[in-house]
Amino acid sequence: MSRGRKTIGLLAISVLLMTNLPVTVHAEEGYTYNYDWWEDVQYSPDAYEVAGVFSAQELELDTKLSAPEGLFVYGSMVYICDTGNNRILELEREAPDSLKLKRIIDSFKGDNEVTTFNTPTDVVATEDGYLYICDKNNERILKLDMDLNYVMEFVKPDDATFDQSMKFNPNKIAVDSAGRVYCIAANVNKGLIKFEEDGEYSGFTGASKVTFDWTDYLWKKLATQAQKAQMESFVPTEYDNLYMDEDGFIYVCTSNVSTEELTSGDAKPLRRLNLMGNDILVQNGNFPVIGDLYFESGGGFQGPSLFTDVTSLENDIYVALDKVRGRLFAYDNQGRLLYAFGGIGNMDGYFRRPVALEHMGRDLLVLDSLDCSLTIFVPTRFGELIFEAINQFQSGLYYESGETWKEVLTRNGNYDLAYIGIGRSLLRQEKYHEAMEYFLLKLDQSNYSKAFKQYRKEWVEEHILLLIGAFFVILCVPLAIGKVKAIKHEIDIADIFRQR
Amino acid sequence: MLASLKNKETYSRYFASLKFSLYCITHPLDGFWDLTHEKRGSIAAANTILFLTLLVRILKLAYTGPLFLAVYWEGINIFMYLASVLFPLVLWCLGNWGLTTLFDGKGTLKQVYMATCYALTPYPVVQFPMIILSNMLTVEEAEFYFVLGQISMLWVGILILTAMMEIHEYKMSKTILFTIATLFAMMVMIFILLLFFSMISQGVSYFVSLFREIMFRM
Repeated sequence: MSRGRKTIGLLAISVLLMTNLPVTVHAEEGYTYNYDWWEDVQYSPDAYEVAGVFSAQELELDTKLSAPEGLFVYGSMVYICDTGNNRILELEREAPDSLKLKRIIDSFKGDNEVTTFNTPTDVVATEDGYLYICDKNNERILKLDMDLNYVMEFVKPDDATFDQSMKFNPNKIAVDSAGRVYCIAANVNKGLIKFEEDGEYSGFTGASKVTFDWTDYLWKKLATQAQKAQMESFVPTEYDNLYMDEDGFIYVCTSNVSTEELTSGDAKPLRRLNLMGNDILVQNGNFPVIGDLYFESGGGFQGPSLFTDVTSLENDIYVALDKVRGRLFAYDNQGRLLYAFGGIGNMDGYFRRPVALEHMGRDLLVLDSLDCSLTIFVPTRFGELIFEAINQFQSGLYYESGETWKEVLTRNGNYDLAYIGIGRSLLRQEKYHEAMEYFLLKLDQSNYSKAFKQYRKEWVEEHILLLIGAFFVILCVPLAIGKVKAIKHEIDIADIFRQR
Repeated sequence: MLASLKNKETYSRYFASLKFSLYCITHPLDGFWDLTHEKRGSIAAANTILFLTLLVRILKLAYTGPLFLAVYWEGINIFMYLASVLFPLVLWCLGNWGLTTLFDGKGTLKQVYMATCYALTPYPVVQFPMIILSNMLTVEEAEFYFVLGQISMLWVGILILTAMMEIHEYKMSKTILFTIATLFAMMVMIFILLLFFSMISQGVSYFVSLFREIMFRM
C-alpha cells in the first residue's frame, strides 16, 4: 500500500516538474546541424562564427555597393566585383575582423577603345602577378598586371563549335597555374570554355552527360512538333560557378537540377572535374552531395538546395553555398557532410541573397548581392578541432587524430564523424575490437566490416585449438557413439552370451 | 483438458506432429497429404511453429549483425512488427478457405491454417542459424547471407503452394489460379477493412461532436 502511494507521489512530482519546467530555447538553435546515419537532423555546436560583416559603411566607400557578384581571395587580399558600379574593390584583411580598402579599380591603362568595365562579374589574381577580370558586357576577359596595365584579352572564340550567333558574356572564370583560362559564359551549356594562355580558344571541357531513358525517347518519337516544343529538351546543364583547387581540379556547381533527379540520386549539383573534364567527386557518404536532404516548402522557401558557389579548403574539404536557404554545406574528401549552417535573414551570419563564397585559410567569406555586404566567418574551437582531426589523419598521425576526435566528441556527442574518426584511428592502431564498437555506434558498415574482418582473423588465430577441438568433437563423438552401439548390439545378439 | 495434459500420450503425439513438420518441408507432396488425410499434423504443433516464426523474427531484429540489419529502434512497434506476419496469415487463411470452399476445395479453415503454419517451418529453421551466421560474416561475404535468406523465403512460398494443392486435392494449375485469386481476395479484404475503419471513425466523431455540441448548449 505504502509502496503504491510512493509511486503515485513520485508520478505527481514528476508531472509537476514537467509542467513547471521552463523551456529554454537557445537563440542559435538550429543554426548549425548535420545529418546522422538515419538522415535525422542532429543539431550541433557552431563550427563557424561571424568575425565581421562589411558593407560600404564599414569599408568607408563613398558610393554604396550595387549588386556585387564576384569575389576572389588571394593571400590576404580580397577582391570584390562591384558589378552594378562597374568597378572592382581591392581590400586587404589586416586582422581577422578588419578589412581595409586598398584601391578601387574602375579602369585600366592601355590603348584599347574601352578602358573601363561593363558589369564585371568575376576577378582572379594569380601568383605570377596578373589580374583576370570577367568584363561581361564588353564581351571579354581582361588580363592586366598588378599596376593595371593591359596585357591581353580573351574574346569570343571564332570557332565552329561556338555558336557564332550568340553573344560571348563571360560570367565566371578560373585560371590554372599555366595561365589557361576556364570560363563559364551566359547561355552556354556545353561546359567550360577553355582558352590557352595565349588567348587561343581550345574547346569546351566538362560538359555534363545528357541522360534520358527510352520512354522519353519513345514519347519524343510519337509527339507532334508542337508537343515537342513544349517538352523539356535534353540539353546538358549550365554551370553556375567554378573553383580551381590547389591541385588544379575544378569544382563546378549547377543550380539547374530537378527535385526528382536529386531525390533519386541521379543529379550531381556539385562536381569535381579532372583535366579530361570527368567528374571525380568522391561520394562515399550515406547520402549524396546535394545539400539539404529535406526540402518541403515552408517558411517562404521551396525546392532543393541550389548551389551557387563552391570553394575548396585544405585536405579536399569543400564548402558549397546554397542560394535558396542561404546555407553553407561543408563536406570532407569522402563526400560526408561535416556541418551545415547559415540561413536567410537579417542577423549576422544570415544572408539575403548569397552569391559568392571564397576562403582565406580556414576562414570563409560570403558575398551577399542584395544586402551588398561581405560576411567573414572564422572557425570556432569546435570547427578548428574537426579540421585538425582530419588533417592529422591525412598526414598519418592516427593516434593524435583519434585524440582530437575525442575532444570533438566532448563538444558534440552527436557528431557521427567523430565516432567514425576515433574508430578509424583505432583501426590504424590495430585495436580492432575497440574500433568495431565505435563503428557500431554510428553504423559505419564498411569500416565495421573492415575492423571485424581483422578481429575475426585474430580471434580464429587465438582460438585455433579450441576450434579444431570442437570440430573433432562434432565429427568423432557421433562416430564413437555409433561404434559403441554397434558393439553393444553385437554383444546382445552374440550366441555365446545367449546360452545362459 | 487438465487430464489430457497429464496424459503422456498427448505429449508424444504433440512431439510426433511437431517432428512431422521436418518431414513435410523435405517431402512436401507426401507430407502435406498425410498432414490432413492421415491426421499426422496437429493444431498445437502449427501454433508452435507460428510462435517460433514470430520469435525468430524478433530475435532477428535484435541479434542480426549490424552489417546486415540496422534497426531504427525509435520506429519499431513490436506489435505492428508481429502483425506484419499475423495479419497476412489470417487474411490468407480466410481468403483461401472462403474461395476454395466454393470450388471443391477439401480443406477446412482449420486445415488451411495448419498447413500454412507447417509451410512456415523453413523460416525459423533457416533464419535462426542465419542470425548466428550474420555475426560471423563481413561485407564481402554478405552474398551468402542474402542468398540464404532468399532460399528460405522461396522455400516457404513453394511449400505454401504445395500445401494448398494437397489439402484441397487440387491440380497444380488450379492451385496457382486460386493462389492468385486468394491474393486478390486479401486485397479486397484490406480495402473493406480500411473502409470499415474510416466509416467507424467518421461515425464516432459524429457522435462525439454531437455530444460536445449538446454539452456546450447546456
